[in-house]
Amino acid sequence: MIKRLAFPAVFMFLTAVHAAPNRAETIFVSNEKDNSISVLDGATLEVIKTVAVGQRPRGITLSIDNKFLYICASDDNHIEVMDTATHEVVRTLPSGPDPELFVLSPAGNPLYIANEDDNMVTVVDVEAGNAIAEIPVGVEPEGMAISPDGKWLVNTSETTNMAHFIDTATHEIVDNVLVDSRPRFAEFTADGKYVWVSAEIGGTVSIIDTATRQIVKTIGFEVPGVNKEAIQPVGVRVTKDLKHAFVALGPANRVAVIDAQTFEVKDYLLVGQRVWQLAFNADQSRLYTTNGVSNDISVIDVANLEVTKSITVGNQPWGIAVTP
Amino acid sequence: MRDNRFPIVCAAVFGLLSFASQAQEQQVDFPIAYLTQQTKALPPLSLADQPTTDNGLMGARLGIEDNNTTGKFTGQNFKLNESVVPESGDVAAAFRDLHAKGNRFFVVDLPASQLLSVADLPEAKDALLFNVRAKDDSLRNEACRVNLLHTAPSYAMLADGLAQYLIWKRWANWLLVTGTGDDDKLFADALRRSAEKFSATIVEERVFAAEPGARRTDSGHAQIQKQMPVFTQDAEDYDVLVVSDVRDVFGEYLQYRTWDPRPVVGTQGLVPTAWHRSQEQWGATQMQNRFARFAGRWMTERDYAAWVAVRSVSEATTRTKATDLATLAAYIRGPDFGAAGFKGQKLTFREWDGQLRQPILLATARTLVSVSPQDGFLHEFSELDTLGFDRPDTACRLQ
Repeated sequence: MIKRLAFPAVFMFLTAVHAAPNRAETIFVSNEKDNSISVLDGATLEVIKTVAVGQRPRGITLSIDNKFLYICASDDNHIEVMDTATHEVVRTLPSGPDPELFVLSPAGNPLYIANEDDNMVTVVDVEAGNAIAEIPVGVEPEGMAISPDGKWLVNTSETTNMAHFIDTATHEIVDNVLVDSRPRFAEFTADGKYVWVSAEIGGTVSIIDTATRQIVKTIGFEVPGVNKEAIQPVGVRVTKDLKHAFVALGPANRVAVIDAQTFEVKDYLLVGQRVWQLAFNADQSRLYTTNGVSNDISVIDVANLEVTKSITVGNQPWGIAVTP
Repeated sequence: MRDNRFPIVCAAVFGLLSFASQAQEQQVDFPIAYLTQQTKALPPLSLADQPTTDNGLMGARLGIEDNNTTGKFTGQNFKLNESVVPESGDVAAAFRDLHAKGNRFFVVDLPASQLLSVADLPEAKDALLFNVRAKDDSLRNEACRVNLLHTAPSYAMLADGLAQYLIWKRWANWLLVTGTGDDDKLFADALRRSAEKFSATIVEERVFAAEPGARRTDSGHAQIQKQMPVFTQDAEDYDVLVVSDVRDVFGEYLQYRTWDPRPVVGTQGLVPTAWHRSQEQWGATQMQNRFARFAGRWMTERDYAAWVAVRSVSEATTRTKATDLATLAAYIRGPDFGAAGFKGQKLTFREWDGQLRQPILLATARTLVSVSPQDGFLHEFSELDTLGFDRPDTACRLQ
C-alpha cells in the first residue's frame, strides 16, 4: 500500500516511481449488452457507479477538457454526452446511422464518426450539435484515427480492406491503402509519422508511413498454444514516447507488446476473454483493456509490462476512456 | 480477349500499395460466371418462410458489389456473367459458352450429378469451379475434382457440427428418422458416421414413408396431430430425435408431437447450417442488413456460399495482383489465403478435397443456439477440421 505523504514533491516522486495514479483518475467502460457505462475509481480500481445510457453503447471518447464523455449509442443512432462529474447524460448529438467508433479532433471539435451500416463517416460539430459533412467510404467503416495536427483522418473499411486517408479540411479521401482482411482499428503515433492499422481476420498489424503512405512493416503474431485463427487484432495503442505499442488480440485473450522502434513483438500479456479495446491513463503508466466475453477489464502496469488486476464490469464491455 | 495492357497498368497501379482516389483511367474487367438451371420450385412448407426464386444468385451479385468497393481503387471491375439455363436447357452448352467468352472462375449452383458433368467438360480443365449448392460427401471424396472447390458445407460437416453439440449436451442416444428421398439418405449416412465418430448411439431407426403431396392445405393439423405420435411411439429409449428430411416434407411436423417429450434436431428443429438469418455475431449484422437491402429478402445458406466464392476470387487477385487462373487457383488453395466470412475466423480451403473450412451454425427458426466446433473438440492443425472429412479420412485423390 503506497503511503500518501504530506510533501507534494515526494508524493509526485512516488507517483512516478510506483505508477500510482492521481486519485482523480476515472475509468469509463461502455457495456455493449447492458446499455450502461461502468464508472471506476482509478485509485481503488473499483466500480463506483453504473449509469444507464442508450442502446448498444460501443465507442466512447472524452472531450479534450475531460468534462464530457461522448458515447456512441449504436442502436439509438445518436451520440450521448455524459457529464464526467455528475455522470449524467446531458445531451445527445446526431451521428448518422449506427455509429460504432469515433475520434475527436485534437482541437476538441469536430467529432468524426464511423457509420458502420451505411458506408459513411459523419462529421459532427459538438458545439453546434449538428452534422456538418458526410464522407462516403468503403464497406463497413469502423476504425477512426486522427493525426496529432488534426489534418488527416484515417478510416478503415472492414469489408473493402482499405485504410482511407481523408483530408480534414476538404473532407475528401485523398488516398487509400490496401491492408489485410477486416481492418477494425487505426492509430496515429504521437509524432504523426506512422499509422498502425490492425486486421482482425488477416491476423496482422500494418504500419503505414504517413509521408509516403506505404506499408513499412506488417507484424504477425504467434502465441504458443493458441490457434492462429484465434489471433484477431483489434485495438492498438502506442505510447507517447514511441517506445511501446500494445495490440489487443481478441479471442487469443492476450495483449501483444511490441517494440515501437523495431516493430518486433516482445511479449504477450494474458488478460480476459476477447480483448478488443485499450486505453492508457493520462501519464501512460497503466493500460486498461476491455475483455468482452469475460465481462471485465484488465489493468496492465506499463513500466513492468505485467497485468496486475482484472475488475468485473457490465456485460460485454466494449469501449474504454480514462480521465487524468 | 484478355486485355494486354493490363500488365502495364498492373505495374503502375499495383506497384504502389496506395491508390489515389481519383477515378482510375483503366478499370480492367474481371469476369466471374454464375451458372445454374431453373427447376420447378416447391412452395415453402410454411407461410412464415420466404419464397426465393433467386437463391444463390443474389449472394453472388452482392459479392461482386463488395468486390468492386475494393476494385474501384485497385483498377478492377468485377462483373458477374449470369447463365440461368431453362429447365429443359443444356447446361454443358451454357458452360462452354461462358468459357468461350473468357470466364475462368465459375460459381456453379447445380445438383451433384450436373455439377460433375460440367466439371468434367474438357473446357473445365481450364477453369476453377466453386460448388455453392451440393452437399454430397462423394464430391469431397471419390468424386472430387482438381478444378472444383466447395463453399457449400458438406453433409458430413453439418452432421458433425450437430453431433458435437449433442455430445456436449450429453444427448447421446438418438432416434434417427429418415425420409425416402435420395438426399435424405445421404444426410442420414452422414449422421450415422458422425454418431460413430463422436460416440453417440443410434438406438433405433425409422423411415417416414409418405411421399410429398400438396405443401399446404386448409386442414393440416388434425391428421398430423394423430399421425406423428403414433409414428414415434414405442421407440427404444432416446434423448433426441434426429431427422433427415432434406425435402422438408414431414420433419417440421415432428416437433411437439413425438410420443415422448424429446427435442427434434437435424433438417428441422435445431438445424446445422452454414448461414442463418439470425446470425449477428462477428459483425454479421452488417452483412445481413446489406444483403437484405440489396436483395429484398434474407440471406440464405446458398447465397452465403455464392458470396464467399465470389469474395475468394477478389481476395486472391487483390493479394497476388495477378489475374491468371493458375496463379489465383494456387493462391486460393494455398497457405496464405484467408476469406473473411463473418464467422469469427478466417475461412480457408482444405488442401485434400477443396472444401471450405467453416464454423457450422446451429439454429432454430428465430435464433442461433450454438456454433460448432464445440469447445473441447481438439485438433492438431485446425479445430474446423473436426467437422467433415479430415485429411487422414479422405477418399479424394486429386490428380
